[in-house]
Amino acid sequence: MSVIVRDSGFEKDTWEAEGGLFIDLEKYGQDLAERSAENTCIDIPNDVAIESLKGLFGNAAMIRIPFPSFADGRGFSLAKQLRQHGYEGRLRAVGHVIADQYGFARTCGFDEVEIDFALAGRQPEDQWLARAPKQDLSYQNKWLSERELRNN
Amino acid sequence: MYQYNQFDHDFVRNRVNQFRAQVERRLDGSLTEDEFKPLRLMNGLYLQLHAYMLRVAIPYGTLNSRKMRQLAYLADKWDKGYGHFTTRQNIQYNWPKLKDVPDMLDALADVEMHAIQTSGNCIRNVTADHFAGAAADEIEDPRPTAELLRQWSTDHPEFQFLPRKFKIAITGAPNDRAVTKAHDIGIRMVRNDKNEPGYEIIVGGGLGRTPMIGKTVREFLPKADLLPYLEAILQVYNLNGRRDNKYKARIKILVHETGVEQLTAMIEEAFETQKAYHQAPPAEMVEAIEAQFTPPEFDKNPVDEAKLSKVVGADPLLRSFMETNVHDHREPTHAIVTISLKPIGGTPGDATGEQMRVMASLAEAYGYDELRISHEQNVILPHVHRDDLPEIFKVLKDAGLATANVGLLSDIIACPGMDYCALATARSIPVAQELSNAFEDLKEQKDIGPLKIKISGCINACGHHHVGHIGILGLDKAGVESYQITLGGDGTETAAIGERTGPGFSYEEIVPAIERIIGRYLEIRESDEEEFLETYRRTGADPFKDALYSDEKEAA
Repeated sequence: MSVIVRDSGFEKDTWEAEGGLFIDLEKYGQDLAERSAENTCIDIPNDVAIESLKGLFGNAAMIRIPFPSFADGRGFSLAKQLRQHGYEGRLRAVGHVIADQYGFARTCGFDEVEIDFALAGRQPEDQWLARAPKQDLSYQNKWLSERELRNN
Repeated sequence: MYQYNQFDHDFVRNRVNQFRAQVERRLDGSLTEDEFKPLRLMNGLYLQLHAYMLRVAIPYGTLNSRKMRQLAYLADKWDKGYGHFTTRQNIQYNWPKLKDVPDMLDALADVEMHAIQTSGNCIRNVTADHFAGAAADEIEDPRPTAELLRQWSTDHPEFQFLPRKFKIAITGAPNDRAVTKAHDIGIRMVRNDKNEPGYEIIVGGGLGRTPMIGKTVREFLPKADLLPYLEAILQVYNLNGRRDNKYKARIKILVHETGVEQLTAMIEEAFETQKAYHQAPPAEMVEAIEAQFTPPEFDKNPVDEAKLSKVVGADPLLRSFMETNVHDHREPTHAIVTISLKPIGGTPGDATGEQMRVMASLAEAYGYDELRISHEQNVILPHVHRDDLPEIFKVLKDAGLATANVGLLSDIIACPGMDYCALATARSIPVAQELSNAFEDLKEQKDIGPLKIKISGCINACGHHHVGHIGILGLDKAGVESYQITLGGDGTETAAIGERTGPGFSYEEIVPAIERIIGRYLEIRESDEEEFLETYRRTGADPFKDALYSDEKEAA
């Protein structure tokens, strides 16, 4: 069982309860007709080439990227690539992400982080909210917001 | 000099508070030791052999008297009264207590300084030519770009957990004083045939256990494309760099294993995407950074050459100092003074709090309030009027800071080695000290001429031994220190990795071995003008190997 961290705080994972499916990328081609994009979350490995994912964008309401260790930063780049190449669905980081990385994950394009109960117990909600994008000062976000201000 | 704006202030202060909380969260168990480690490293805090060590960034080596005085304050209050300037334009305090570190960081924030990303698997403190903004040969001051890179790389959301550390150096002069070809990314400011400013981008240089000279991936990159291009390089590295073996994780290995052509193609492809999406800093902000590096209003008074040459003529020590420690400034009335932190027999790069205050006062009185730290572990007064040189020399002499050895044999780079470092396999500081003592006669050193000796106490090569004209690498051979010698290394625009001479030497043998190399050089150089590196390039290693090992052969 796991906890979903969003900017609003800890939430239960309701994906499967609401009929959602987690499909491994390698099994993506099977049973395509039996599911809709709305109930499909594709689990992609963190070493996959972005070119091989472009065909999936319209067929998955969610993509999940694993963090085998918080020190393995590939997921951040992969998330950014997905956004840069036009994926607009839900993007979830799953595994060993620590509260101190939450702002980075959000800025790279993740909507949420899925952690296990043990980690959620060790690093309670307030530690994550302290690193939510609004609290997290960053040069990148500052440049982004200043450009938006000028463009509006 | 760059002045923090409100955001910079808020950011650095916020970062200190984050770190304070991280220390507490480590203590209350929120963070495991494994999780805490990279967080403390990203704030410059190492666990060393005897104690914690705090590594403070001096971005692109630039500081003023206020900052230097604060570094002295930290040395006096939280350390043993001195600090150690490093080969990456940082200063290290070797004896802080963990509980004091957040207060030290707060004291640094008071003067617009920090220890952010001086360690960890992230983009490290960006280094630059220590003569930036002053050198006579400079095309353009690299520091506005370096400051932009500091801001861009600080807490970059995508690149805080790279396969390994990542070092960037930049120079704006054709004479490369920033060792750009031995960095993960080296940036050289160039002009194209239309005289437009841009950058040459060099990737995959590095020292360590697998020394490599960087390869050029872009001859000319327009200025505006720099950040998206760097994002592309870093993204390719973050996704493709090896994570299975720490010793093969640097980008130089990726360049080597992928091949520079294929890697360049990958970078260019990523760059196309980055260019379309990159959220560049607004142009006004970039201009505001540039405006902060406008040169000072230089004193227009002509130099009293008659008086100067009379004073210099009457003082052989001053004359010697002028010859070695004073360099050409872009303003002919001015000069660049290098203050050697390599007194004969001393620890390379160490300065006491009192010495730091003396240098701060000199900068204030005579140097437009500017100071630089060089990767060669010296301190620079980048702008001084030539009339003031005798007075500056006098003050330095009284503070034990006037050693006239810049660029000479005893201007040695040495890593902390086994005296401090947990990774070291041999001592390096005592070798530097004994070498310096063996050649204590500065006149003799001058006769030997320009010579760069660099000493590392382990294979990680923090002492840059691979690019020393004479490199010394201290290893542990079955519990005994053994020193390998490399010759012909070069860290400048003609970069080369030194070549190993053969079997290593014991601690007792290493200084005599270097003496034999120097003796042979003096015998075989074609003239007094032929520098050591030129002789080596002309003759190759054989005469030196002969000097090093012939006795053994005869004995055998």
